[in-house]
Amino acid sequence: MSTGEDTNAQRPDTAAASPPASQWAIELEKINKRFGEVHANKDIDLKVERGTIHGIVGENGAGKSTLMSILYGFYTADSGTIKVDGQERRITDSRHALALGIGMVHQHFMLVDNFTVLENVVLGVEDSAFIAPSLKRARGELDRIEHEYNLEVDPDAVIEDISVGQQQRVEILKALYRGAQTLILDEPTGVLTPNEAADLFRVLETLREQGKTIILITHKLREIMAITDNVSVMRQGEMVRTLKTSETNPEELAELMVGRRVLLRVDKAQAQPGKTLLEVKNLVVADDLGVVRVKDVSFSVRAGEIVGIAGVSGNGQSELLEAVSGMRDQRSGTVVMNGRELELKGDDGAARARLAGLAHVPEDRQRMGLVTNFQEWENAILGYQDRPEFGAGMFLDIQAAQREAEARIAQFDIRPASFRLKTANFSGGNQQKIVLAREMERNPDVLVVGQPTRGVDIGAIEFIHNEIIRMRDAGKAILLVSVELDEIRSLADRILVMFDGRIVGEADPATASEGELGLMMAGVTNGDAAGTEARP
Amino acid sequence: MSALRPLPRWADIALLPLLNLLLAFAVSGLVVLMIGQNPLLAMWAIVTGSFGNGFNIGYTLYYATNFVFTGLAVAVAAHASLFNIGGNGQAYIAGLGVAIVCLALDQTHWLLVAPLAMIAAAVFGGFWAFIPGYLQAKRGSHVVITTIMFNFIAAAIMVYMLNRVFKPANVMGPESRTFAPGGRLPKLGEFVPFLQHTPVNLSIFVAILALIAIYILIWHTKFGYALRALGHNPTASRYAGMSNSRIIMIVMAMSGALAGMVALNEVMGVQNRLVLDFVAEAGFVGIAVALMGRNHPIGIALAALLFGALYQGGNELQYVIQGLDRNMVVIIQALVILFTGAMEGLFRPGLQFTFMLLSPEQKAEAVARETASSES
Repeated sequence: MSTGEDTNAQRPDTAAASPPASQWAIELEKINKRFGEVHANKDIDLKVERGTIHGIVGENGAGKSTLMSILYGFYTADSGTIKVDGQERRITDSRHALALGIGMVHQHFMLVDNFTVLENVVLGVEDSAFIAPSLKRARGELDRIEHEYNLEVDPDAVIEDISVGQQQRVEILKALYRGAQTLILDEPTGVLTPNEAADLFRVLETLREQGKTIILITHKLREIMAITDNVSVMRQGEMVRTLKTSETNPEELAELMVGRRVLLRVDKAQAQPGKTLLEVKNLVVADDLGVVRVKDVSFSVRAGEIVGIAGVSGNGQSELLEAVSGMRDQRSGTVVMNGRELELKGDDGAARARLAGLAHVPEDRQRMGLVTNFQEWENAILGYQDRPEFGAGMFLDIQAAQREAEARIAQFDIRPASFRLKTANFSGGNQQKIVLAREMERNPDVLVVGQPTRGVDIGAIEFIHNEIIRMRDAGKAILLVSVELDEIRSLADRILVMFDGRIVGEADPATASEGELGLMMAGVTNGDAAGTEARP
Repeated sequence: MSALRPLPRWADIALLPLLNLLLAFAVSGLVVLMIGQNPLLAMWAIVTGSFGNGFNIGYTLYYATNFVFTGLAVAVAAHASLFNIGGNGQAYIAGLGVAIVCLALDQTHWLLVAPLAMIAAAVFGGFWAFIPGYLQAKRGSHVVITTIMFNFIAAAIMVYMLNRVFKPANVMGPESRTFAPGGRLPKLGEFVPFLQHTPVNLSIFVAILALIAIYILIWHTKFGYALRALGHNPTASRYAGMSNSRIIMIVMAMSGALAGMVALNEVMGVQNRLVLDFVAEAGFVGIAVALMGRNHPIGIALAALLFGALYQGGNELQYVIQGLDRNMVVIIQALVILFTGAMEGLFRPGLQFTFMLLSPEQKAEAVARETASSES
């Protein structure tokens, strides 16, 4: 919404300053791309106006990434034309795309961690065999770019020492240094705190003022509304519509993305907390390298409430989840369930946690929650394979497991409804449903959920959120970890904020402002946050 | 550029290995040609040498028995994503167990000795693989390294044992005394005259039972489920509460026990005494057999038969064609391993393309795509 009328008004001037070849920075016409059976892009038309921020939204598999990969030269379109600045081009590889002024900032940064900012910027475009003169020239140029676009980064800082938000700036600087006029950003806020995201948006606005064109791929409708001028919605490989952002709203966009009406807010009644079911006391957990990631964390979860743990990814939430569910040995501290201390150490700790009534929906379903090479029915019993209903003694009752899988498929509407299909061939949302169905339907007392909707389509998100609320209302204690602040705020009854391995604060989702939570996530403690809340 | 679709199952399982095998034979033929011999004649010599008469079939089955055991040993470990290269050492050490039982009890009846010898083979072979399994599970030492090392340790131990412990005083060579008839497994030839006086013995039935048992273990038991989960995704198996370290140790012990059955065949069935290097290279052939048989008991049975035939046929080759000897067969085996194992996917893209063109609707699609991209 911050795209004021005034910035709109000045844009033609900027365009006039640098002689315009065309009003459009990028024009895609009738782009088609198939991968075997999958028609990833069907007759896509897209026009991106010079000097604007153009959002592209769509569910997973809608074809956004394919389209951008075609534009950036990773793939070649089966048919269709690409015009850059009004001129028809065949973009054969990413070097070619860069030469045409198209740069890309990937979701996962492509930086060399132990190089300095300057070295990373120069990497691949050194202009002489010796590195020193290149660096010297680059330093001056980089300095100019940093000032022009308000993108301060210390050129001599080593990448691994700077924050994720700063690293992202380096990616943007890399693209600008290579002469990018059009920047593609793929899910740029996924790894940022709310404050870092706000900084990024300020940078993007500066870039737009300077006449750059930005294509923003995101699934967060709020970001689309906040910063873009135009937005294109894709669904199942087709371009559904391109709209002016000022003339639409999140509900309409969600409907266009999914193809039906979607409830964006979670409807839930007031929580009715009962007795304490899960108690974590003074937990200390180290990661695989021996670095302590959870530092003396204590909290409790009561029956019928959802406790959300908010925080920027990588602040110890993953290790906390793994320790509580028995996947990772704790250094010290205890996990108490129903008044009984759980014996979680040893590599079958997860079995004991499950037996005690703790179900776990892991953060990373493909790496932890599923064996993707298994058929669906085999995953439907993962973790419960030793239960007597799946065969007495040493034998596995395959029929019983398949009946179980069939029932869950029907109940959770998992598609395709085939328990013999290899699990890797299900979509992300359906894989998540397989895990949820397995963990929720065994009537656990405590449900531990990590990133329940990561990489899941909007339609499935609605379903998953409702299932979690249903569990809560059935009197289960739910521990929810998510890096999506919106998700935590709409689901949790109580929010704990984690920073650098510690719980730095607790907040009530009904009253806590996003700014307050954002500050806590950045490590500013409760007291400080209250003082600076009025800050814009 | 064009995206290929996966092959139908039958082509993947049967056609592809067959093509690979044919290619291996074709290249072998070229080698024979280079030596100046007739490749067709050589091929015919190998085929008749392995399946031509009862005598040849008996030998082929005898070799195949060993290869089933070592192939299964590699396959069981492979399902848990462990690479047991130590089949040789495990079989060798298992010979110790078999020999102890046979020497101690050969005055009784083979019906009593055979099950005990089998257990001894499993325990000794299993123990020799359990140690690397333990080191992997608890200490993180990779089984590929440790099992190889254990082959050498086994060889050194056996030389010592044969020279210092098992060698009777009046014998020159490093070998134990020959077992009395009560310590010998009956040869199949005693029941089936067609097989004549060949080394194939009752342990071939143990091999067949092992094939069935491993099939059931891997796909129909909870332990098999757990070991496959571990093999595909160790993080997920830990998530599921399976004790990865326990599974690794048990699987390795099982693998070693299977390799140990080679000793039952060789020591109690054929040699009737403990000799130096009785395993030959059965443990290593087992890797190729498991690779070619795709770790499935049916595939392993067929691959073991093929390698048994190559072994036996190769031995016959030198009597049929002057200038070709067992070394030629080693080359053929190497090529078979190369083309069916290491370069298993060589024909896959071509075959996929062929299948695509053979199906009419896909052909139409391909043509449409070609024209579309050439127009643009």
